[in-house]
Amino acid sequence: MILVWLIVVLLSGGMLCWLIARWNPMAAKWIALFAVLADLAILMNIWLQYGRGTHTSTDTWMIQYQTAWIPSFGISFHVAIDGLSMILLLLTFFLGTLAVLCSWKEIHNRTGFYYFNLLWTLAGISGVFVALDLFLFYFFWEVMLVPMYLLILIWGDKNRRYAAYKFFIFTQAGGLLMLLSILSLYFTHGAKNGTYSYDYFSLLNTQLEPATAKWIMIGFMIAFVIKLPMVPFHSWLPDAHSEAPTAGSLILAGLLLKTGAYGIIRFVLPLFHQAAVDIAWWAMLFGVIGIIYGAMMAFAQTDIKRLIAYTSVSHMGFVLTGIFAFREIAMQGVVMQIVTHGISTGALFVLAGMIKERLHTRDIEKMGGLWTSMPAMGGVAMLFTMASLGLPVLGNFIAEFLILLGTFQANVLLTVLASTGLVFSALYSLRMMQKVFLGPTTSGDKLTDITARELIILATLSIAIVLLGLYPQTVMDLLSYRLH
Amino acid sequence: MTHQQLMALLPFMELATASIVIILLIAFRQGHTIIQIIGFLMMCLVIFTMWYVRDVLPQAIMPLLIVDGYGALFTGLIIFCVLVVGLFSYIYFEEREENPREYYILIFLSTLGAAILTISRHFISFFIGLELLSVSLYALIAYLRTRNNAVEAGIKYLLLAALTSAFLLFGMALIYMDTGSMDFSIIAKKLDSSSPLFIAGFSLIMVAVGFKLALVPFHLWAADVYQGAPPPVASFIATVSKIGVFAVLLRFAQELHLQSNHSVMTIVSAIAILSMITGNILALRQQNIKRLLAYSSIAHFGYLLVAFLPGNSRGVEAAAFYLIAYAVTILIAFGVMILLSAKDKDADSLSVYRGLFWEKPFVAVVLSVALLSLAGIPLTAGFIGKFYVLMAGVEQQAWLPVIVLVVTSVIGLYYYLRIISTLFSDVAVVIQKEKSLHPFFYAASYAALVVLVMMLLGFGVVPSIIIPGIKQFLLIGN
Repeated sequence: MILVWLIVVLLSGGMLCWLIARWNPMAAKWIALFAVLADLAILMNIWLQYGRGTHTSTDTWMIQYQTAWIPSFGISFHVAIDGLSMILLLLTFFLGTLAVLCSWKEIHNRTGFYYFNLLWTLAGISGVFVALDLFLFYFFWEVMLVPMYLLILIWGDKNRRYAAYKFFIFTQAGGLLMLLSILSLYFTHGAKNGTYSYDYFSLLNTQLEPATAKWIMIGFMIAFVIKLPMVPFHSWLPDAHSEAPTAGSLILAGLLLKTGAYGIIRFVLPLFHQAAVDIAWWAMLFGVIGIIYGAMMAFAQTDIKRLIAYTSVSHMGFVLTGIFAFREIAMQGVVMQIVTHGISTGALFVLAGMIKERLHTRDIEKMGGLWTSMPAMGGVAMLFTMASLGLPVLGNFIAEFLILLGTFQANVLLTVLASTGLVFSALYSLRMMQKVFLGPTTSGDKLTDITARELIILATLSIAIVLLGLYPQTVMDLLSYRLH
Repeated sequence: MTHQQLMALLPFMELATASIVIILLIAFRQGHTIIQIIGFLMMCLVIFTMWYVRDVLPQAIMPLLIVDGYGALFTGLIIFCVLVVGLFSYIYFEEREENPREYYILIFLSTLGAAILTISRHFISFFIGLELLSVSLYALIAYLRTRNNAVEAGIKYLLLAALTSAFLLFGMALIYMDTGSMDFSIIAKKLDSSSPLFIAGFSLIMVAVGFKLALVPFHLWAADVYQGAPPPVASFIATVSKIGVFAVLLRFAQELHLQSNHSVMTIVSAIAILSMITGNILALRQQNIKRLLAYSSIAHFGYLLVAFLPGNSRGVEAAAFYLIAYAVTILIAFGVMILLSAKDKDADSLSVYRGLFWEKPFVAVVLSVALLSLAGIPLTAGFIGKFYVLMAGVEQQAWLPVIVLVVTSVIGLYYYLRIISTLFSDVAVVIQKEKSLHPFFYAASYAALVVLVMMLLGFGVVPSIIIPGIKQFLLIGN
């Protein structure tokens, strides 16, 4: 039941923000912050209660809650968390809090409706991470879409309409194919076993013909790799990321992309194990293509947010490759990558947003020498650039190292190619750093360095990324709730 | 006719009485308000009677009619739509140039036609119902006769409807020639399903039905008529008229087990696929909301035909749920349009809606919810409807129509999003709307919108409040 509250808090908080902003826009911000923090606190509490130490028993689910929803279709409201969900939910509320904080000053107009959309997006995302009924999963999958669309559409940059359409239509196309697959699975399962149900656990032991399994899995995979995104389904991502407001980019990069990875790990692998093994080589290949392609595109960008967006394509390529290596160590790396990419890329987007607030441009050709006027921001930017290129001590290094270690056992050639991605990442990261913070100063105006509010955001992110780099065991412990 | 049969027919007789009562009220020079209120009460009475006589169902009134749960469900839906349309009509026609009072006679007559369609089990009642429905519609579409588009739309509808009625009669004649009966159940017994005469007859009937439902390739009238007709009439065509015709088509198919007839089903799936593709593609670039809704309705009835394909109980349930969701949604869309219409111009151009959200948040949110429901996004009844239809299609393994449905829904998303993004766009145009003259009826219309939106969200989030009801109704008489 506590899991339902997690979602209800966000939903009702969002409604409240919208209603109250009419009288007092300031109150809306505090309500939003309070709602996300409340969820974070609840989740921390669950974590402390269930999730400490290495887990060994067979029941990997910490909390489950199930109640009938549409009984005539065999649909129930079934939510549960295990280690994987816990990690992703912690990430969700952590980044959610920061998203609220970093829109504090950025959003001036229609504040209430903005926080409504922000909180409903977060609610949809947390729903995706806890749903164990396929219908419910699809439901949340779509719920996060509309508010995110509105966030981009209303508070985005110049080209926001185009970006918002593209984002919505790409994701919805994948979603509907997934819905078809869910329905086929439902009927195939029902025809075999006589019970019609969308429940994850009853669908788990469906015996499928190899050909059927392949087709059904492809429906799921298309939805997930569009979200992930995998080249060639990535073209919505640079547009959506660069046009969205800062908090929108943070949530998109930090959380929305992760729902794709989560979907593959939670649903595709267990439900269609053999079919997934069959396509493993292709998936790894496309992952590697993504790593290299994303890095090269990132190197060529002049728009700072597009640049960061393409680094996401590259990093998520590691996730795809790692998942389909089918090695436990690679899977641990994948989960690490999910978390650290959420933090490091999120931080880079926040920084880009802060720079844009000051310079009113995203074009890195027009920046330069910002370190002289903003040394503190330059320092933080350096930290996260280093994280993004995979420097040891920082979380991303652990993640990518583990993934490559795992994939090496599966396929040497692809691993070698994937490793070149690390070299490319050094190229684009250092280029970004040089263009923006080093070199001659282009702007004559005096720029204010980071404020106290911004310091809080950046400091939290920095601490998180260093902690994950030095002591990744926390994540591994939680993950032992799933993999053993 | 036994007492029970009379009881079963009572709601329909009341419906017929309603037009006569309105004629009498006009004869005694009563005003618009009185007529509106009496009409409203009469419709409530019909629904109440329907509920009151539910225990005597099913009753067959040989040979023409059968009042069963199926008929009651669709008639109830029709009357519900008329209630809402009637309510919206008041504020619309009170401010227009024409005398509004005769309008109600025509509306109720037309409703009677649609209601008869839902309970007909014979070609004669089928034809009578259809003509009753169409003839009143000719006048209704051209009701604001001084407007150019209205007359054009009325004539267009008249000519095409007359033509397709001829097709319908010819089709019926062919089937009569083949089987020697016009009674659905007797046709079913005598039918040799591969007989070319029957296929030809059914195709001709499909022409007439396809015209009424605006299915491709008989859809050419839809956009012009929606645009020319006053918005309450357009919403009437979109809901009542289509529900009635679809109900009779479904009953005809169920009685004859047409779904097991391969060539008939090929025709139907071809029409469904064409409608989904054409409707969605034509809607893409529309700047006029009425025309856009017309094209989207073509697509939606294409989706509905996918639920028609299986011919099992799940398909019928899916169709019933989809129609309910669609009717509620389209009533909301037209209701908003009516509320925004200025005295001499309907609010049908997309530019009227620019930035509406910041000017009139309530209306804009209501319209957005309706559009999301049309697009089939969760939390709305439209999503459950689409899900239900897909479920029926996947169960039948009708892969081609199902995949076309999915692909065209994605295309359709674009134009719904276009309206929504217009609603939320920045430049706000102040809508010139003089102080409302009839605060009570404005309040009632807003209240109706609230109720409709609650229904839309309620059916979307907790569909189990309505699905058992639909199932129960459909079981009566089967």
